[in-house]
Amino acid sequence: MENDLNKRLAARLKGLRLDQEIRIMEVCGTHTTEFFRTGVKDLFPGNLTLVDGPGCPVCVTPNDYLDRAIEIGKQHRTIIATFGDMIKVPSSYSSLAKEKAGGMDIRVVYSPMNALEIAEAEPGTEVMFLSVGFETTAPAEAVAILEAKKRGVKNFSLLSGNKLTPPAVEALLAAQEVKIDGFILPGHVSAIIGAGAWRFISERYGRPCVVSGFDAPDLIMGMLTLVDLVKKTRNETINQYTRVVKEEGNLKALEILRQVFRPSDAHWRGIGVIPGSGLDVRDEYAEFDAAKKFPVTPPEPKAAKGCRCGELLRGLITPPECALYGKACTPEEPVGPCMVSMEGPCAAYYKYWSR
Amino acid sequence: MAKTILPGHGSGGKLMNEMIDTVIRKRFGAGNVQLDDSAILTVGSSSIAFTTDTFTITPIFFPGGDIGRLAVNGTVNDLAVMGARPLYISCALVLEEGLDFADLERILESMKSEADSAGVAIVTGDTKVVPNGKADKIFINTSGIGIIDKRIQRREIVPGDRVIVSGTIGDHGMAIMALRNNLSFSRGLQSDCAHLNRMIAKITDAYPDSIKFMRDPTRGGVASVLNEIVKGKQYSAMLSEEALPVRDEVKGVCGILGIEALYAANEGKVIIIAGRADADGIVKLMRKTPEGRDAAVIGEITTAFPGKAYIETAIGGRRILPLLTEEQLPRIC
Repeated sequence: MENDLNKRLAARLKGLRLDQEIRIMEVCGTHTTEFFRTGVKDLFPGNLTLVDGPGCPVCVTPNDYLDRAIEIGKQHRTIIATFGDMIKVPSSYSSLAKEKAGGMDIRVVYSPMNALEIAEAEPGTEVMFLSVGFETTAPAEAVAILEAKKRGVKNFSLLSGNKLTPPAVEALLAAQEVKIDGFILPGHVSAIIGAGAWRFISERYGRPCVVSGFDAPDLIMGMLTLVDLVKKTRNETINQYTRVVKEEGNLKALEILRQVFRPSDAHWRGIGVIPGSGLDVRDEYAEFDAAKKFPVTPPEPKAAKGCRCGELLRGLITPPECALYGKACTPEEPVGPCMVSMEGPCAAYYKYWSR
Repeated sequence: MAKTILPGHGSGGKLMNEMIDTVIRKRFGAGNVQLDDSAILTVGSSSIAFTTDTFTITPIFFPGGDIGRLAVNGTVNDLAVMGARPLYISCALVLEEGLDFADLERILESMKSEADSAGVAIVTGDTKVVPNGKADKIFINTSGIGIIDKRIQRREIVPGDRVIVSGTIGDHGMAIMALRNNLSFSRGLQSDCAHLNRMIAKITDAYPDSIKFMRDPTRGGVASVLNEIVKGKQYSAMLSEEALPVRDEVKGVCGILGIEALYAANEGKVIIIAGRADADGIVKLMRKTPEGRDAAVIGEITTAFPGKAYIETAIGGRRILPLLTEEQLPRIC
């Protein structure tokens, strides 16, 4: 029964006839992959285009972040605890995978609490957690710091590369480089910050938005709704993920986040420095801030030649338009981060779309 | 930086295949080294299957089995999928200084009881002890010999053939991953570790001409096996998402870790390519055995995307199932 309904929804999307191109940006890396994985992208009618946005945390992390992490690992001999996605991302001159093969102590963890547990189990060694992620992961990272303080753990710190998504979307809209008719907004991020945090897009920039979940029917409904809103030029923000997302978000998580972090200017790959788009560890918790605890001067960052991840993250190109895509840049030998992370647009295209 | 061995070289994905081709076979002779589950050799007037496999796993005991059981079943299955009757197995042990004798004995008991149940004899072996820290408790290598009584179970695959799996997919891989990550809600999830030679003998006896190919989808999972089947061919392999037997617990752990069950390891399953006419009959026969009670037709050989494996999702969209470079890593959010 449920499946019949889904198939009917699928038929409606496939049967749409658009007399002009409608370009929808998805702002979440999980959406990027789920559009492929569920097969929904295969149903898109002609003239409906999905523009990949800056929604993959690994992808938007600039080289200088990893350069610093590796330099700290080298000079201070810390254990580096990281999410798996980061392992193969090229830094300016190396990668965590290469450093690991060369003997650096790098551990893959599934949550910042795992990193804290490592620190407790090995009190003689400094453990630095690479804190990369959006609003979804930041509260967990804040909790790890609060726990470390509570438990009196002295050898735990995190290197904040945390970022906030609405300022990045606003930067893209303000730059006006790319035509975007509407947005599929990230379900997980919105669960934390609330649907209300996105209303500026329809109010100030005149684009319709849908907060969407991740299952096939969520994605199809989101696209059908957006096409309808674009056609009728109705600039609204509609929350279609009400089973998870509230207008005001998760107040408890936001409170913890703000207790530990404060907004800062942050550097995004391809976009540059966006005011108020990063999260720095507050001074009260400076002892857990790896950037302060381990001062180093990383080498001058170097961009990979020919890599167009930056333009991709601004919605200017699709992966196959990059000359390196699938040739010099593959998941085995990635040149840019968008080919590494499973939420990266290049990796998603390469994995699901190379026919 | 000098090229070094990375974890991906042992993952059953692209990196491993490249290493086997360009580093190993190149030296041993591509003509000598057979790439199938077992090598088929002629000794006197007999045709035999010969295989070897090394087992390392953390933890060494897990729900549904242990490293010893894994070693016996893995080798028995590699022989059985060629159409061979497994007969003899060797057992070489690399033991880390400090391993509990009780653990070693428990593993050996488990090997013996599994070998008895599969009808094979463990006939030779070796032991080595390495200093503390130079191995992960215990590594086991098992080689196996089986006899081809009738024929090698390999035939030409053609469009229209069906893809069959003998039961739920991803159980072993996700049980281990859940255990390693202390996902406490995953209770009830266990490895599918089992020997399949008896079930395979039943279906190859009944349908010797229809069964064109069999492989146990261990490392790299079902998707990797399908890629091996279609690589360089003029046909493609299509899976139907709706037909795939996946346990809810496995789906749950996959969802949390961002991993696809189609790429997760199985240790007691077989993928079969069979002629269209007999596919349902084969599944029916498999379902009468305990190892094959959840068997199902999960797809077919098509011509839509030559050389590729792909899946038709529940809503009717399609996507490619590529050969992964290496093991899937859990995601950030």
